Amino acid sequence: MTEIKDLIATHIQNIPYSGIRKFFDVANEIEGVISLGVGEPDFETPWAIRERGIYTLEKCRTVYTSNAGLLELREEISRYLKRKNNLDYNPKGQVLVTVGASEGIDLALRAVINPGDEVLIPEPSYVSYKPCIIMAGGIPIVITTKVENEFRLTAEEILEKLTDKTKALILPYPNNPTGAIMEKKDLEKIADVLKDRDIVIISDEIYSELTYGGIKHTSIAEIDSMYNKTIVLNGFSKSYAMTGWRLGYAAGPKELIAAMTKIHQYIIMCAPTISQYSAIEALRCCDDDVSKMRKEYDARRRVMLNGFRKMGLECFEALGAFYLFPCIKSTGLSSDEFCERLLYEAKVAVVPGTALGECGEGFIRCSYAYSIEAIQKALQKIEAFIKKYRKE
Amino acid sequence: MKKDIIEILEKDSRKTAAEIAVMLGKSEQEVAVAIAEMEADNIICGYTTLINWEKIYKDGGFVTALIEVKVTPQRDLGFDKIAERIYNFDKVKSVYLMSGAYDLTVIMEGKNLLEISKFISAKLSTLDSVLSTATHFVLKKYKEHGIILNAENKNDERMIVSP
Ligand SMILES: Cc1ncc(COP(=O)(O)O)c(C=O)c1O
Repeated sequence: MTEIKDLIATHIQNIPYSGIRKFFDVANEIEGVISLGVGEPDFETPWAIRERGIYTLEKCRTVYTSNAGLLELREEISRYLKRKNNLDYNPKGQVLVTVGASEGIDLALRAVINPGDEVLIPEPSYVSYKPCIIMAGGIPIVITTKVENEFRLTAEEILEKLTDKTKALILPYPNNPTGAIMEKKDLEKIADVLKDRDIVIISDEIYSELTYGGIKHTSIAEIDSMYNKTIVLNGFSKSYAMTGWRLGYAAGPKELIAAMTKIHQYIIMCAPTISQYSAIEALRCCDDDVSKMRKEYDARRRVMLNGFRKMGLECFEALGAFYLFPCIKSTGLSSDEFCERLLYEAKVAVVPGTALGECGEGFIRCSYAYSIEAIQKALQKIEAFIKKYRKE
Repeated sequence: MKKDIIEILEKDSRKTAAEIAVMLGKSEQEVAVAIAEMEADNIICGYTTLINWEKIYKDGGFVTALIEVKVTPQRDLGFDKIAERIYNFDKVKSVYLMSGAYDLTVIMEGKNLLEISKFISAKLSTLDSVLSTATHFVLKKYKEHGIILNAENKNDERMIVSP
């Protein structure tokens, strides 16, 4: 008899567990850890949204919705994208409500990948793109973004990796883990090299509300030549502090959204109904809550950046998401060593850059989704830790 | 910038100019000057601590009352003069001019109901312009200045590390 584990599909066996998962298992064993390791907001979901959730339960609105999601919610999403990015999407046919942006990533990839198609992913970036491409039968082609460019993606870097097999580009900005953003001028340059290609751009804009320094998020879909090639993915997790509600959405050309809806219909049926009703409230009434959170993140970002620079860690000024990505090469440690020792010796958890792409070597991801007091405490410990290693 | 500074101070008045400067990406000097100006302009009127007195006076000995006061406004002076006569008493914590059924809301603190009643009958009701008062005692304070007083200490429910 074969062992059970050998019954697992080979391509699934071959996919490694995420580096973050492994690190979590270690960190979770240690008592009294201060963490800068999370990828989710520390804020509570605004009360108006939670209250709507309670009301939804009271009214027993607990049945399936249409596959694409409540029309009322799709209409609000459509209005939101118009208001924020001046994008026009018809709520009937161009918007799909998903189980987080996570599902959107999977659907978009499955909808466009034929076996052997190549998909470009700028790295360092979020952990799930690569496995999702592989599971969809595609080949991930990594583009290494560089700290000299503040981890923005350049047209030259895309050109280097473009082939006849390139089917899609994942555009993950504002970026997890680097905090990099792409401004209009950066997007226009990459649009120039993509506009005459048959390529789909999967734009993961989950951090779109979190940009700083007076720069508003631009979606690549705002560029005329890109609108018809782009699937915009977004959600409620980060902007409204709703990670556990599992709700996101995709917007794009109707043919692509229809294909994604077909997959969604068979594997998910519909996104959670209570979350959908609550999200209507979020889009209607919570702009102020979002700006308050943004302001608070911005202050923390400055405190953390200032702290790293003061202790002599090079760190570019990230203008998006809620991460800083300082370089730790000056300690002589690899990212993994740094994070493991920091955890055991200083009891501070941060994420090794390598968990988010091999090119993250030499960097660590530090989240500022924590109170300023917690950040300051962690910074003090990191500083003491670094001093020790510099001397040795 | 001034608005950003007071938003921070409103939440935590112990933040120093140096800390605020880092949070806002300004120089300490700029922030210190702005704070001094706002103090001079009575925009920042004081720095206090929000105290949950119920925890100190567990067995009583501390009450808060809200008093609705109807008054006759005075010629040329309106309500300001009478408000001043009232707010100058130490025990009076807040005085607001209201629209609607009555004119002034007076919030005061005292050791017990008797002390407050005495104050009202002796000092408040006897003022010439005061027509009537209605006193309400506070039984429990839930939230003050945007802060929930008996908030449970919430644990961070998040996993230590997540993608
Ligand atoms: C870049 C990025 N995309 C997508 C997600 C998943 O978000 P959701 O909760 O909407 O599935 C995350 C969460 O960490 C993320 O960082």
